[in-house]
Parts: sequence; structure tokens; C-alpha cells
Amino acid sequence: MSFTKLTRRGLIQTGAVAGAGLALPTYLRAENHTGFTNAPTGSTVTLGFNVPQTGPYAEEGLDELRAQELAVEHLNGEGDGGMMNTFSSKALKGNGILGKKVEYVTGDTQTKSDAARASAKAMIEKDGAVMINGGSSSGVAVAVQGLCQEAGVIFMAGLTHSNDTTGKDKKANGFRHFFNGYMSAAALAPVLKNAYGEDRRAYHLTADYTWGWTQQESIAAATEAMGWETVNNVLTPLASTDFSSYIAPVLNSGADVLVLNHYGGNMVNSLTNAVQFGLLDKEVNGKKFEIVVPLYSELMAAGAGSNVQGVIGSMNWNWQLQDEGSKAFVKSFGEKYGRPPSNSAHTCYVQTLLYADAVERAGTFNPCGVVEALEDFEFDGLGNGPVLYRGDDHQCFKDVLVMKGKENPTNEYDTLEIVEVTPRAQVEYAPDHPMFAGGELGKCNPGA
Amino acid sequence: MDAVLLQILNGLDKGSAYALIALGLTLIFGTLGVVNFAHGALFMIGAFCSVTLQRLLTLSVETIDETQKDFLGNPLKVKTPYVENWFGPEMGQAIIDWSVPLAILFAIPVMLLIGFIMERGLIKHFYKRPHADQILVTFGLAIVLQEVVKYFYGANPIPTPAPDVFRGSFDFAPLLGLDTSLAYPYWRLVYFGFSTVIIAAVFAFLQFTTFGMVVRAGMADRETVGLLGIDIDRRFTIMFGIAAAVAGLAGVMYAPINSPNYHMGMDFLVLSFVVVVVGGMGSLPGAVLAGFLLGILESLASMNEIKNIIYGIDQIIIYVVAIVILLVRPRGLMGRRGVMEE
Repeated sequence: MSFTKLTRRGLIQTGAVAGAGLALPTYLRAENHTGFTNAPTGSTVTLGFNVPQTGPYAEEGLDELRAQELAVEHLNGEGDGGMMNTFSSKALKGNGILGKKVEYVTGDTQTKSDAARASAKAMIEKDGAVMINGGSSSGVAVAVQGLCQEAGVIFMAGLTHSNDTTGKDKKANGFRHFFNGYMSAAALAPVLKNAYGEDRRAYHLTADYTWGWTQQESIAAATEAMGWETVNNVLTPLASTDFSSYIAPVLNSGADVLVLNHYGGNMVNSLTNAVQFGLLDKEVNGKKFEIVVPLYSELMAAGAGSNVQGVIGSMNWNWQLQDEGSKAFVKSFGEKYGRPPSNSAHTCYVQTLLYADAVERAGTFNPCGVVEALEDFEFDGLGNGPVLYRGDDHQCFKDVLVMKGKENPTNEYDTLEIVEVTPRAQVEYAPDHPMFAGGELGKCNPGA
Repeated sequence: MDAVLLQILNGLDKGSAYALIALGLTLIFGTLGVVNFAHGALFMIGAFCSVTLQRLLTLSVETIDETQKDFLGNPLKVKTPYVENWFGPEMGQAIIDWSVPLAILFAIPVMLLIGFIMERGLIKHFYKRPHADQILVTFGLAIVLQEVVKYFYGANPIPTPAPDVFRGSFDFAPLLGLDTSLAYPYWRLVYFGFSTVIIAAVFAFLQFTTFGMVVRAGMADRETVGLLGIDIDRRFTIMFGIAAAVAGLAGVMYAPINSPNYHMGMDFLVLSFVVVVVGGMGSLPGAVLAGFLLGILESLASMNEIKNIIYGIDQIIIYVVAIVILLVRPRGLMGRRGVMEE
């Protein structure tokens, strides 16, 4: 090994070259660098679909994945186009996104925050995903949203219903199409008042994590405002499988309504247990005992079987809606997979289209451009009527469905019926509402 | 007082499941010396025997009904179960309605067979290996069984209702002269009664049959029984099958209590091991006693009055009690000297 002798002339020459290099404008030094994370450089763009593929929500994750695959198909001009044909924005042409063919990679959230972050990180860092979409848990959504904010990619949340996702944990790079606990409560309260009256005593069983807490807070506030009394709120561990010991005390609590702030397997088991205890056959305080499930899903209703009959809850969307967007989506999904889509499938499909549309309108994949295009974007034709993506908190505002377990189902998908479509105006709230306070949206992060 | 009584009732049916699973675990450990982490999966397979029979009984012939439409607007395919065609609508419906109790008959041979295959095909190769190896291989097997069930049945819980006649609950309050309600679901009472019968049958089998006597002798001193010219290994293989059948039957009857899903076995597995350890490794009466004891304590700990004093006690009570009992009696409640003490 030899060392070149350092001379005064050599030092000046080296210094001049290095100085000139440093002094060049940033864009000249980064010819192949577009200034944001995973900027697509070839003829394709990669989206990351992060859904539960194993664990208790795997069935729901599978349905989300079906919808995401369908969305990619439609974006690339394959299939019948689905809701692209009914979408009010006409920026999407069926030639991919900004002319780049859409490809996708998938990750398994396992419905665990750390696993979901790890799979999202792998898709961003190894596969070059420019957007992350999907998921079936608020704990997961909050965790992945934080990661996407740090990494400088867009997060289009899947099924997440906690107020916190677009409340205290909101992030500039994160967007939620799904409704939330507050909206469920606002939609349910008037229906509950009409169905069960103003003089009711409610006993709450609540899943002990972010979604359960905010859901309970919302439904308790809404029902108390119309005259109901909250007798008790019992937090149940998320890992619970048998709820009999939590349901037994309800019988002698003086309550005449049981509110199950549970989702997924928790909801299937707690509702089944409550029905086994004969709660729905009882009369308390001179009134028929009732059960309320604030957040419904088709897959949970199928899991609970006949136990859902007559039980009121709420949903973001349902395949029975008869608007043109819903019909187009159900046809497209049903013909491909032989079953109607769930509401989590719908939200993931819509989120994928909305992201692609925002990129087209912004003319760039740069997350800050996408954020700008999505903020305060008003659209229609995607199954929920006129919708606003509010810029203040990146929450979608749209009609909410109040559902009831069908008394006489005619087939395996006919488990729930739409009781009321609650208009958007009734579920809106101010960005600084106390239930959503505490967080800052911050600034968009393009990463890189 | 009524709240306490209600939680004791609750604990009895929870304890029934723990006791049945722990009984099978102890049978396997006591006879073969194997720590079987796949035992929870056997419970789960039992529950899926109920699901399978329900599906078999509802296998249907499809006819097109032009007057009704499916979700795509096509003429609806109406399904009529074959059993309704064969036995008439009323009888057919009754058979489907009783699919869970009927699944007991279906599950016994299935679970015995699975038990024999497991023991002959895998477990016997690990008899002389350390307990850690046994735990790893049986845990791996449990995951494989879980995934197989998930592949065929999906990840969603599958509703498997009890017969209509057991719908609703029985109110003990009038019997006890209480003013308030002390209602308890009929099916959970059936489950408790069923568990008691199974536990009694296993004990009677071991106590009053020649086969049982040899097995008990083998549990006490395997070598000496072998020296007497008795093929104790064959008997122990049969006991493995019986233990699998006990876990399976516990699962069959549990299906209406919580809709079966592929990971339900894991939910019970760890608790059942705690039950076995608290009862005393290798002690059958200990397993049953600890199963009911911990089931009742777990239920009592979930009372609001207790949770308000110690938040989250319902989630850790079983482990706290296990620690206390093992500190006071390291062999567990009814553990035998020398078991896992070498």
C-alpha cells in the first residue's frame, strides 16, 4: 500500500472540487433522487397491503386483501372497472397510476402492533412500497400510522374505529376512510331512543384497549345525553374468550340494556354468552332486556349466528346498499370471489382508489402532494354518498348505517339488515371536539 | 351473596373444561412421561368434530328458485339438507338441531384414532428425550394441527348451537329462596354434568377394570410391570388414545358455549398446564381438584367488587394462586413424591 504525498497544489485542487460539489444545488446532485421515500423510477409503482393474514382476524384480512387485489386490477385497466366507473373524480384512466403499472406486496399484521410495524417497515424498506393500506385494529392502525409518518409514506388506514386514530394519534401522512366510535354513537343514539325509549339503564362491557375505551366513551355520552343512565362499565381483557363471569353480574345490576363494546372474536363470544344467559328473554324494570353492539361486521355477525337476531349496531358500509357505486363494487367483487364484500373490504378498496386518484390529481407520488390532494377532497360514487376527507384531521365524513341482526335470514350472507342510513350532518363534529383532543396533525413528511 | 353463588356456578363450568383437559394431560404424563403441548389442539379438534358433523348433516341438494334472487341478482340456489329429504323436514331439522350431542358418537372414534396416530407416529420417538424436546415437538404439532384446521375451516369462529331445548337459562333463586335472579344457562349446566360423568368414568375405568389396574401399576412402577411380562407400552398407547378422546369430548360439548375457532386450544393450553402443576404432576385427582378450584377462583376474581380493589386481578389470579400453592406445597396439591423431582 502506498500513500500519495500531500502537496499544497493537490490540497487546493481537492478542496476546490469538493467545495464545488457541495455548492451545487440539491436537485443537480440528486438526478435520480426525487426527494421522497421510494419514489418510483421504473414503469411500475408498488403499494403495500398490510392486513391480518394469520391470527383471529385472518378471515377479515383475507377479505381486505381480495378487495385490494381487485382495486389493483381495476387501476391497471383489467376487469370491469368496479367503482372507478361511478367515482365522481375522473382522474383515474385505468392505465395504472401516473402511467405506471400498479404492483403490490403484502404483509401480515397478525393484529399485533409490533408485527404490523415490522411488516410495514419491510414493505417500505425492502419492497419500496410508496403507500401502506389495510389492517383490522385501531392499535395496529395507530402503530403503523406512526411508522409511515416517520418513514415518509402515505398510510391509508383500513378498519380502525377508535376516535384516537384521527384524534390524539392523528398524523399528517395518515388518512382514515372508515367511520369512528363517535360517529357510531351519534348514529345509534336516536335509533336506540326510538326503539327502546329514553328511560333505560345501560351496562357496558368494554374491550380494554384504545378502541374499546373511545367507543365506550362515545356511546355512553350519546345515550346519557338522551336520558339513559350508565349503570356500570366493566373493562374486559382483550384475550378473554369466555365472558360468562362478566355477564353474570349484569343480571342483578338493575340494567335493562347491555352494550357490548367488543369487536371480532370478543364480540362473537360475549354476544353468544349473553344470549346463553337468556338476557334477551328477560324483562327488567318492566322492559324487555336489549343488547347493543355499537360496531358490527358481516364476518362477526356470521360467527355469532342466530345470536345477532334483533340486535342493533352500526356499520361503515354494507353490500345491500342500492346506490350505483355499491352495486358496481358488489357485482365486481361477487363475480370474482363468489361472495359479497365485507365493510372492511369496501374501505380498503376505496382507500386504494382514493390514494391513486390523489396521486393522479397531484401529478406526483410525493406524499406531501398526495396529502394536499386528499385534504378537504369531496367525492361521491364510492358507496357512501357524498363524502368529505376533512383536512383538519384526515377523517372521512359520510353517512353511517344503523344495522339490525336479521330475524329470518334467507342465506348465509343475509345476517344483517339496514335499519337507517344516518345522514352525514348528524355524525359530524368539530375538529377540536374533546373526544378527539390532544394530538397534532403535524406536517407531512416526504421522507428521504 | 347471589353474585358469589353465580360466580361459583360459573367457575364450575370453566373448571369442568380445565379439569377435563388437565385430566388428559395428567393421564399422558403419568403413563408415558410425556409433556404434551398438543393437548389443547386435541380439545380444539374435538370442537371441530361438532362443526364437522353439523356440516355433514347440513350437506344439501341445491335447487334453483326463480322467484328469489341472490346478492348478484341471479336466481337463488335454495339448499335443502339431504337429511330433510330422507327423514322429512321435521325429523331432519331435529337431527341437525341435535348435531352437537350426536357429535359425541362421531368424536370418540375420531379422537381415539388421532390419539393412536399421534402416539405411534410421533410421540413414541420422544419417550427417552428430555422434557424440553417433548414440549418443542408437541408444541410444533399443535401449530401444525391449528393451521390444518384453519386451512379447511377458515379463521372465523363457526357458530355451533346447542339443541333448542337447551336454549335459555335455569333460575336457581326460587330453589334457594332468594329474591334476586340466579339464572344459569342450561347448556353450561349440561356441560358441568357431562364433565362430571366423563371424569367419573375415567376414574372408574382405572379403578375397577383389570386394564386400569395394570395401567395404575405401570404408572407407579413401569419397569416392574414390564418384568411381569405385561406389554405396558401397548396399554399406555391406548391410554394416550383415551386421553385424546377425553380432551376431544370436552371440546365437542364446549362448541355451543363459544363458537369454535382454530386457536381455541391455545387459549386453554397454558391454563391447563398451570392446573396440572397446581394439582400435582401425575396426580389425576389433583388435576380435577385444581381444575375446579382454579376455575372458581378465576370467576370470583372477575367480580367487579374484587376488581375494583385490585385492578386486573382476574387476569393473573390463576398464576398468583399457582405461585402461592407451589411455595407452600412444591409438589402441588396432590403431587406424588419423586415425580419430576430427580
